[in-house]
Amino acid sequence: MTKKLKWSRIYLAVVFLILYAPIFYLMFYSFNSGENMYGFEGFTLDWYRAVFSDTRLLIIVLNTVIIALLSAVISTIIGVFGALAIMYVKQQRMKNTLLSLNNVLIVSPDVIIGASFLILFTIIGIRLGFTSVLLAHIAFSVPIVVIMVLPKLQEMSPTLIDAARDLGASRFEVLSKVVIPYITPGIFAGFFMALTYSLDDFAVTFFVTGNGFSTLSVEIYSLARQGISLQINALSTLIFFVTLALVIGYYFISKRSGGLVGMGVRK
Amino acid sequence: MGTKARNLFLIPYGFWIVFFVAAPLLMVLFYSFRDLDGGFTLANYANFFSSTYFQLAVSSFWYAFLITLFALLISYPTALILTKLKHKQLWLLLIIVPSWINLLLKVYAFLGIFGTYGPANALLEVMGIGERQLLFTDFSFVFVSVYIFIPFMILPIYNALDKLNPSLVDASRDLGASAFESFRQVIFPLTIDGVKAGCQLVFIPSLSLFMITRLIAGNQVITLGTAIEQHFLVTQDWGMGSVIAVFLILSMFVIMFLTGNRKWGLTNDKKA
Repeated sequence: MTKKLKWSRIYLAVVFLILYAPIFYLMFYSFNSGENMYGFEGFTLDWYRAVFSDTRLLIIVLNTVIIALLSAVISTIIGVFGALAIMYVKQQRMKNTLLSLNNVLIVSPDVIIGASFLILFTIIGIRLGFTSVLLAHIAFSVPIVVIMVLPKLQEMSPTLIDAARDLGASRFEVLSKVVIPYITPGIFAGFFMALTYSLDDFAVTFFVTGNGFSTLSVEIYSLARQGISLQINALSTLIFFVTLALVIGYYFISKRSGGLVGMGVRK
Repeated sequence: MGTKARNLFLIPYGFWIVFFVAAPLLMVLFYSFRDLDGGFTLANYANFFSSTYFQLAVSSFWYAFLITLFALLISYPTALILTKLKHKQLWLLLIIVPSWINLLLKVYAFLGIFGTYGPANALLEVMGIGERQLLFTDFSFVFVSVYIFIPFMILPIYNALDKLNPSLVDASRDLGASAFESFRQVIFPLTIDGVKAGCQLVFIPSLSLFMITRLIAGNQVITLGTAIEQHFLVTQDWGMGSVIAVFLILSMFVIMFLTGNRKWGLTNDKKA
């Protein structure tokens, strides 16, 4: 038995090694004074200095964050409305239809979403740039919020609403004092997922971004196409720590709301 | 709550469905019947089913199949081992963390690792195989894709294994099944839903990864995703791009039908 256990430990260690090695490899070479990802020549922080003194890059980071925050807020609002709508629809068939439509953007490959949004924005005359990217991010974040909020609504006992009504609460009060507080953990989880989806998205943004506007992912792609630049390594190390902070933050939010709510992998 | 309130909730959400779900898909369909001058045509479809594009689709499916297969072979044992650990939730979280790191950065890392002087080649040198061209080959494409997708495969399988009642396995062992037999007859059949969900999560995106083919595989591998990107952003032939997109959407439905229409094990799998 112990021998079997040992082999499984080794197997797991190898999997973890493979999963993390590329990430640490990137981080390690961000401190290389040479120009390449081989042959570590000496320790330097020059690449980090380059990142922080690159005004264009900093503007792109700012763009990315603004898009993420705005799209997360707006898609959370629409998503909560959507979850409530699906909840209050009585007919089962209508409910299922809404749910299927909701999931279309979750299951669609990014290129399909990107290409179809490109057609949409071009036809209705939205200029490619900030607006189109923001709209696209809102669009693909809404279904995620719905899926995070809906289970919370479904586990809420209907007697809770009946009791509030019996005690004289108006419809609005039922919503604001009973329903919304009850589903708050789901709303937070949805907001957080929307935020990270937006920060991380490349393919959809790549399709709907014009010439003048760029987000971090798109910028990394165009830099990486030109080959290795250790500035990307420095940037990725910074991003890694921000991601780690977000994951840890999310972990505690979910723990407080009981278990890992929808802690999923992302496309 | 009354119908009035319901309608109020439905307005913004309905607007979203109409404009961002229904309209874009219809437009892709519409454009697939348009030629470059804006007239109606079936030529795009005829073109697609002529040899080059069809070969492209076939090879794209073949690569997606390989990626899914390798990801499954690596992930199932990993998930199985994970469920037996003491702090399994924490270990699972550690498996998931890399999936939260920007896809492009992970792909970019492999530019260095598979480079001529990178560690992969150094390893080959030590093993006596000698230096090889790793970058810009189909091998590197499959390797990097499998790397990217491992967490996506592990999570649903882990969830399925975690829900499995261990007394069923004990019972099969008590009845004289060997470890392999109880795996084949009990554990695997009872977790097949997780496997299917994982395959869905890996197979469909594998058909459409264009950034990996561009960065890692050079022009050695062209997937359906690469072709769509090419037609929409490079050659500006939206009609042809739309035909490929329609084909991809249809393949997606077929795959989902074959593997059961679950919600991809994305979120609802684990409510607890």
